[in-house]
Amino acid sequence: MTATTARPSLTAKASNYLDERTSMSTLVATLGRKVFPDHWSFMLGEIILYSFVAILLSGTFLTFFFEPSMTEVFYDGSYAPLKGLAMSAAYASALDISFDIRGGLLMRQLHHWSALLFIAAIGLHMLRVFFTGAFRKPREINWVVGFILFILALAEGFTGYSLPDDLLSGNGLAIINGMVKGIPIVGTWISYLLFGGVFPGDDIVPRLFVLHIMLLPALVIAFIGIHLVLMVINKHTQFAGPGKTNDNVVGAPIMPLFAAKAGSFFFIVFGALVAIASTFTILPLWEYGPYDPSPVSAGTQPDWYIGFADGALRLMPGWESEILGWTVSWNILIPIAVLGLFIVLAMVYPFIEQWITGDKREHHIAERPRNNPTRTAIGAAGVWFYAIMWAAASSDLIATHFRLNVFHVTYALQAMLIVGTVIVYWLTKRIAIGLQKKDREILLHGYESGRIVRRPGGEFVEVHQPLDEYEAWKLKAYESYAPVMVRPNAKGKITPATHLRAALTRWFFEDRVSPVTPRELEVAKQHDDH
Amino acid sequence: MIGLVVAGGASVAVGSVASAEPSSAPYAQQLTAEDGELLFRANCASCHGLQAQGTENGPSLIGVGAASVDFQVMTGRMPMAFQGPQAEKRDPQFTQEQTDAMSAYIAALAPGPGVPDDEWLDASQVDDEGIARGGALFRINCAMCHNVAGAGGALTEGKWAPALRDIEPVHVYEAMLTGPQNMPVFNDANISPEEKREIIAYLAYLDENPSVGGFDLGSLGPVSEGLFIWIFGLGGIVAVSVWLTSRPN
Repeated sequence: MTATTARPSLTAKASNYLDERTSMSTLVATLGRKVFPDHWSFMLGEIILYSFVAILLSGTFLTFFFEPSMTEVFYDGSYAPLKGLAMSAAYASALDISFDIRGGLLMRQLHHWSALLFIAAIGLHMLRVFFTGAFRKPREINWVVGFILFILALAEGFTGYSLPDDLLSGNGLAIINGMVKGIPIVGTWISYLLFGGVFPGDDIVPRLFVLHIMLLPALVIAFIGIHLVLMVINKHTQFAGPGKTNDNVVGAPIMPLFAAKAGSFFFIVFGALVAIASTFTILPLWEYGPYDPSPVSAGTQPDWYIGFADGALRLMPGWESEILGWTVSWNILIPIAVLGLFIVLAMVYPFIEQWITGDKREHHIAERPRNNPTRTAIGAAGVWFYAIMWAAASSDLIATHFRLNVFHVTYALQAMLIVGTVIVYWLTKRIAIGLQKKDREILLHGYESGRIVRRPGGEFVEVHQPLDEYEAWKLKAYESYAPVMVRPNAKGKITPATHLRAALTRWFFEDRVSPVTPRELEVAKQHDDH
Repeated sequence: MIGLVVAGGASVAVGSVASAEPSSAPYAQQLTAEDGELLFRANCASCHGLQAQGTENGPSLIGVGAASVDFQVMTGRMPMAFQGPQAEKRDPQFTQEQTDAMSAYIAALAPGPGVPDDEWLDASQVDDEGIARGGALFRINCAMCHNVAGAGGALTEGKWAPALRDIEPVHVYEAMLTGPQNMPVFNDANISPEEKREIIAYLAYLDENPSVGGFDLGSLGPVSEGLFIWIFGLGGIVAVSVWLTSRPN
């Protein structure tokens, strides 16, 4: 025994110093042993968080040099083709960031690319949560919190898109102005309020700037906090597997494995973003020129995440009517109403599904999409509906690049929006049920081994190989619901709501494949043993 | 000799420009409006009429001027590759000399805009502020169809505004002057020759100074940026996360 073992190390002394003053050890001990299940789709949330960090860092750099003002200046920077032109101070400072401030262009491109990735990852993360039913009790609130984050991210994106005050961002604001003015009676007043006078005015950039760098980021950070705390409290869902039940979480503890993995994943995401930002240009705002309400460029599009709204406007026929001297712009009001309904339905979907199924139990197992065919079909139809609107925002580019008539592209997309959504719903449901039937078949009779055997009697059969326990578990472990029966309530009455609900559960669960029961398995096993 | 040239022109029209070009070069200076008329009759009259008066298949060319002939023929749009929503650009089917002869013939029929002097095509006479003015004019008058970066764009009924990268200055000028296909005419009262030259200088600047921020993804704006981040950005990072969570079998 030597003296060195008795002396506390520097780390121990430092930890002790901290713990005596903050009582951190309790937190570290609890959180450090917190377990996260391991699946690639559970890392989508991390991509969101890490790209948000990239946005925060690059955005802070940009605020040092960006001048949120619409004061008219004459450009005198190093980009020759804009020299001497009148423009807003905002646009001039965005040009300076791109051409005259060291690292400015990289930071601006990093900020913009990260924002695109941020929202794309949010979209994929939401799809993962939806299709695995991870929004079910106790996580309904967290779905709503996440959804608000999604809306906030869109707002962040749009306010940021509008700040540089180039031609593209001004065209975007012009569309917003048009949509606001399309609202009957109050529209014009709201537009005046928003722009501080006649569009475009000279107030909108400073106003959007305050929203973009103060209010919205504060809300995003607060909601991310709530989202993560709720995730820790509710625990993460996991896919069914041997030893993975509704009552436990199987995975790696935060300390040390998960933290190391997550930490390195941060550098991968950040590194990928910087690599993209340094090799691919995004928003070459010097090409667009300063905003001026008269020019509009061909191929003017919003950033991808606002594309669905732009596409909805493009797909809507140009209907207008005049009622008592007021023009009612259905071509604007209907898309706004449809998009609003779409967003609200998606946000409250967990509550709708819960009411229909009457399922108030806690669920910690992530469902495989095929095991809830109706939900999966609703989700697929929603994705299709969104994707068609999204594609419609690039109808002009589809037309030029595939040598089509832009009108035909629009008609085709209109048909795909309405008919296609129904077809996708039906197809997805049938495919999901078909996959369930295949799973059932494999469980009961094994998979086709490709080995053909001749029996003594002369019969040829293909040998079916049974699954091992590990694989079989994945196929066995799911719940199937039955439609809720119409039953009188406590007062002995059957209300219309009961009927509605019964009809809706029939829609959800009438076509279903029940899970394999132990008895069926036993029978199948004996049959195979012969 | 005229017979030789016409035969050359006719064979060019069926696609053997390479063999015709060298042989006609020594005679180039001597081609006249009469030669142009013969070339016209052999190659253009079936749609535009024997007196260029127009038929149901093609418009009258009386009064379109030499600039229009030079633009249409020297960008390969005429003779048309095939009937479609609009004539497509391709390799020119005639030499400059042959085209000049046809221009002279058409210009002799009635007055029309002529081929611009070299003075108005010389981008080197435009200073930085002129390029900036050219850019502003381009955004106001041209970007609506051709896109701010000159990447082109869609028009109605399957027509389109072509991309404006690496276009001969003379063709840019003539296009503004004559309004080919669906393009409006920007005459000298509308955009002066000096301003046309500034626009040409701006386009030349875009050609000579490629994207400063890295690969430009076709200069198509947010659509190509969105596709890129979904497919390569998110796609690549998801591939990494699949790899990170995979277990050896």
